[in-house]
Amino acid sequence: MTTKTQLWTTAKGWFRKNQYGKSVGQGLTMLLLILPAVLVVLPMLFLITGSVMGNGELKQYLSPIFAEGTEYISWKLVPDYPTFEHYGKLLFMTPQFFVLFWNSMKMVGCILAGQLLVGVPAAWAFAVYKVKSGRVLFALYVVLMLLPFQVTMLSSYLVLNRLEMLDTPQAVILPAVFSTFPVFLSYGGFRGIPMQLFEAARIDGAKESTIFLRIGLPLGKSGLLSAMVLGFLEYWNMMEQPMAFLEDKALWPLSLYLPEITWSQAGYAFAASVITLIPAVFVFVWGQDYLEQGIIYSGLKE
Amino acid sequence: MDLQAEEGHGISLKQINVNDELQHKRRYIMRGAGGRRNQSRQSRRSGRSFMLFMAPSFLGVLLFVLLPFLDVWKRSFTTAVTGQFNGIRNYQTIFTNQAFVLAVKNTLRFTAVCIPILVVAGLIIALPLSKLQNAGLVKSLYLFPLAMPTATIVIVWKMFFYKQGLLNLFLTQLGEWTGLWGEIHKDYLGSGAAFWVLVFSYVWKNTGYTVVLWLAGILGIPNEFLEAARVDGASGGQIFFRIVLPNLKGSLYTIVILSFLNSFKIYREAYLVAGAYPEQDIYLLQHLFNNWFVNLDFDKMAAAAVCVGGFLFAVIMLLQHLWDRDEA
Repeated sequence: MTTKTQLWTTAKGWFRKNQYGKSVGQGLTMLLLILPAVLVVLPMLFLITGSVMGNGELKQYLSPIFAEGTEYISWKLVPDYPTFEHYGKLLFMTPQFFVLFWNSMKMVGCILAGQLLVGVPAAWAFAVYKVKSGRVLFALYVVLMLLPFQVTMLSSYLVLNRLEMLDTPQAVILPAVFSTFPVFLSYGGFRGIPMQLFEAARIDGAKESTIFLRIGLPLGKSGLLSAMVLGFLEYWNMMEQPMAFLEDKALWPLSLYLPEITWSQAGYAFAASVITLIPAVFVFVWGQDYLEQGIIYSGLKE
Repeated sequence: MDLQAEEGHGISLKQINVNDELQHKRRYIMRGAGGRRNQSRQSRRSGRSFMLFMAPSFLGVLLFVLLPFLDVWKRSFTTAVTGQFNGIRNYQTIFTNQAFVLAVKNTLRFTAVCIPILVVAGLIIALPLSKLQNAGLVKSLYLFPLAMPTATIVIVWKMFFYKQGLLNLFLTQLGEWTGLWGEIHKDYLGSGAAFWVLVFSYVWKNTGYTVVLWLAGILGIPNEFLEAARVDGASGGQIFFRIVLPNLKGSLYTIVILSFLNSFKIYREAYLVAGAYPEQDIYLLQHLFNNWFVNLDFDKMAAAAVCVGGFLFAVIMLLQHLWDRDEA
């Protein structure tokens, strides 16, 4: 009994001692680093190596997929004969790929621009003008933001059908422009601004629109920028909406086209994936602070 | 706030105070005869501005979401083709529809498994991270899957979880090495295991999001609380269970709500891995909605949309209510 307690106290003392505590903490940190690094970097590496691997090599590694055998596929993280032929084929021989790339870009660009024009003023209205009906409306916006696409799919279809917009890019763009998620995120940025600033400007005779443009936007930009970053990653990855509302494959975004590439064109699929990944990675690296801020805003209560 | 004002956005702190004082005085003088009127004029003005800023968004929401949803509500009581009034028969149909029951069951099972895993994993990672000085790189690593488009990652998952894929290769080699088992040829995508592949994929993608939310919650706990507890001789466990956890209730509600919202997006992975009619265990509500949509079964779809929407509304309201009660 006593030995047990003694052991326990020694152990506790051992952990409490600064140097050991530090090394334990460092070990834990290393583990925290290594685990995600493996889980995140490995899939990325797979895509990149696959995209620079020659066709012969790919066929050799992936052949069990085509043969109904018991052999396993294999992989090498560094290809024996690296080649850029897949990128070449993609960039110079497949104009279709460009069309889809620009489809995606245009769609995301239009959606984000629309959200800025429509959603940000609404967020401003919620944050600054405390009117009675505002609270109810805000609660409604929060609920709408939380509804999944499947619940609103039929209603979107009905209205798009009536407006004769099905199978046009607007079918995907317009419903997304009126999404209430960016309103909520931008609201998070605006409500951090002290109200006295607006009061002071009003007493100095500033118009409401001036206050919005000159004080609100510069000081509350973190909210709308985080809405843009989260929005880009979301809409670059958009699948459900175009799948439901666009029949014409020439209008499809990249995210829908990629899965259509079969294993027999594995190298091409890997190269297309890497190119699809590049804008997302760029936005991620550039906007990581806003991304984090956006996540925090999304978790704020009104 | 002082900092922002002092940084030179046109208005200095002094001015604000002076203006505040002025306003006070004015209000004081006005109280009595004209005060009320002045106040109502101001509130009318702010009401008008509210409407002006709100109008584009609200009209869009009205046109694209609210009115059509009323239409859906109406359609849920009519037949699909002829549009005749049908009473609650559509609702009866979907609740006796085996596909619907299976899809609801699977969707609930998926959320019931995923959300606790995600919430706990996020907290386990966030706690040591909150003590780290430079957590930036680790956070980026966890957040990165959020940026990876589903279509790109699914190719890799297929290579891993395929019957002749790399996971089986690895397990077989492990078996040979330890001598405990032989070759493994499990088809993870075409069997009940597909469910767990989806769980893995969901946790992989959303851990970063959850970690950031937990971190914000943990760093929001006033340091004095922790200091005071330490001074009073509380142990690490006591501090965690008595101070840290109770203060994270608000974060928990948000995380649950947002994880729930994100869990519906797992359809992308499920669809890309297994198509419109996947293995029975991963046949989700999203599959069913999509298939109904393709087959123009609008009557059932309307009734199901009303049910699922109503259910989600109730869950959101319940969580909000719990949260409000805790704060009061």
